[in-house]
Amino acid sequence: MEATNQEALHDSEKLFVETPFVRRKMRTEWVARSVFLLMALLMICPLIFIVCYLFYKALPVLSLDFLLANPARGMREGGIWAPLIGTIYLVIISLLVSAPIGVFAAVYLNEYARDNWLTRFINLAVVNLAGIPSIVHALFGLGAFVLFAKMGRSVIAASLTLAVMTLPVIIAATKESLSAVPMAFREACWNVGATRWQTIRHIVLPNSVGGILTGIILQVSRAAGETAPIMFTGAVFYKAIAAGDILPYGLFDQCMALSMHLFTISTQVPDVPEALPYGIAVVLLGTVLVVNAVSIVLRTALRSRKKW
Amino acid sequence: MQSVAKKIQISNLKVWYGSREAIRGISLDVHENEILAVIGPAQSGKTTLLKAINRTIEFIPHSRVEGTVKVDDFDVRDVKNVYELRRKIGMVFPMPVGLPLSIYDNVAFAPRAAGSRNRSELDWIVERSLRQAALWDEVKDRLNSLGTKLSGGQQQRLTIARALSHDPEILCLDEFSIAVDPVTTMRIEDVLKELRSQMTIILVTNLVHQARRLANRTAFLYNGNLVEIDSNEVIFSDSPANKLTYDYVTGSFG
Repeated sequence: MEATNQEALHDSEKLFVETPFVRRKMRTEWVARSVFLLMALLMICPLIFIVCYLFYKALPVLSLDFLLANPARGMREGGIWAPLIGTIYLVIISLLVSAPIGVFAAVYLNEYARDNWLTRFINLAVVNLAGIPSIVHALFGLGAFVLFAKMGRSVIAASLTLAVMTLPVIIAATKESLSAVPMAFREACWNVGATRWQTIRHIVLPNSVGGILTGIILQVSRAAGETAPIMFTGAVFYKAIAAGDILPYGLFDQCMALSMHLFTISTQVPDVPEALPYGIAVVLLGTVLVVNAVSIVLRTALRSRKKW
Repeated sequence: MQSVAKKIQISNLKVWYGSREAIRGISLDVHENEILAVIGPAQSGKTTLLKAINRTIEFIPHSRVEGTVKVDDFDVRDVKNVYELRRKIGMVFPMPVGLPLSIYDNVAFAPRAAGSRNRSELDWIVERSLRQAALWDEVKDRLNSLGTKLSGGQQQRLTIARALSHDPEILCLDEFSIAVDPVTTMRIEDVLKELRSQMTIILVTNLVHQARRLANRTAFLYNGNLVEIDSNEVIFSDSPANKLTYDYVTGSFG
């Protein structure tokens, strides 16, 4: 009894003694924490700086008129209506093509496909396609859509090229959300005689739709921002349309696009006022931020009503 | 000895997962309206046996089945409407699975999947199934809340209610008491005693005492082989046919 008491006393005394070992542990802890904090700051500071700098430089041109007016005097004045509406066109059409194909393909791969060398090959291909540089997609689009399918350089060719570019990422994101639905739910459905489709329709899709939508929405900003894939396939330096016209382009017309516009007026046109390209950059950045914010809000909303 | 109706006849069943042989030739019959307990240590093929009966084994990649499983004298692999076959058989697996739906929709899922749309009929099925599973009194006032928010024991009874919702002739339970407290286990065991008169029950269990309490007959599986199947009086006596059985049920191994 005596001995146990002494030992307990000894143990509790330890709580108030700072041994060298403890000091070393605490120092390591402090160093680790500082390094991680530093890296986090290193990442966030340039971002804040870039955004502020862009806004500061773009301030002279930013106005509603800037969005709604067409470029004028050989791109040196006016606004960005024609490229803005062109970008919206390209993004919407490309996602109308890639989202259904991507989601359905992912459902097949995740829910139906047997595990054999073909599906393994397809999965590998999807992962690798997602990493292909956009200029390669551009050349593919030029060969496949513009030349082979004889679409010419057009809105549809450029949109399809963007669709090919976004497709693998949509497939990958969809597959990930589908496989996050526990296998036990599927088995429970199969056990009571539900078909695979009934299971997918009532259990799997309703519980993965948040992740799927997020994956698709994130591709909006990617499709809007890329220049290379549309440069060869449909976007042009200048196209005259009526300012404020919301349906200016036909499917087989060429169009202007924001990313391309920014590229050309910064590199091809002399004497452009400095604020103009910065204004375009702010609009592009703004689009991306808004789209990402929407996807984050959507994801939190759908996650908060997560059901298990 | 009176002749008994055979509900399920399994003959020389072999199942492989890839190159691993999970069941190595099992033959046994399940009698109508009996509780057959299936005992045996892990990896002995108990769950696989159940999956071969309702053919959900087909969802497991690289699985291969040989031999025959007959339900009501027809070979399950000749069945054209496998969904109807699965509705003849209620399945309850070890982990309770509340589907991410309301309690009502959890139970109504199977009849709806079978094409039933009549609201009053569904209401009746839901109430009957939940009553049978001894859950009705606890949830009758909140049928619209989520099934996944119930406690573990309630979810397991919900799982049983779902398995009963399609009016099965056979009920298979795979170690249903693993994730359930002892009180709920006893309640479910009472439920099973009631159901015995209406259906054939296969009870896979790790608890030897549960098999002794509930079953008419017990099958002992070991390493994918059927060691012995006989009435409980024989299996749990001092002299079952196989020494291994005696060792297992008395707890000297496994």
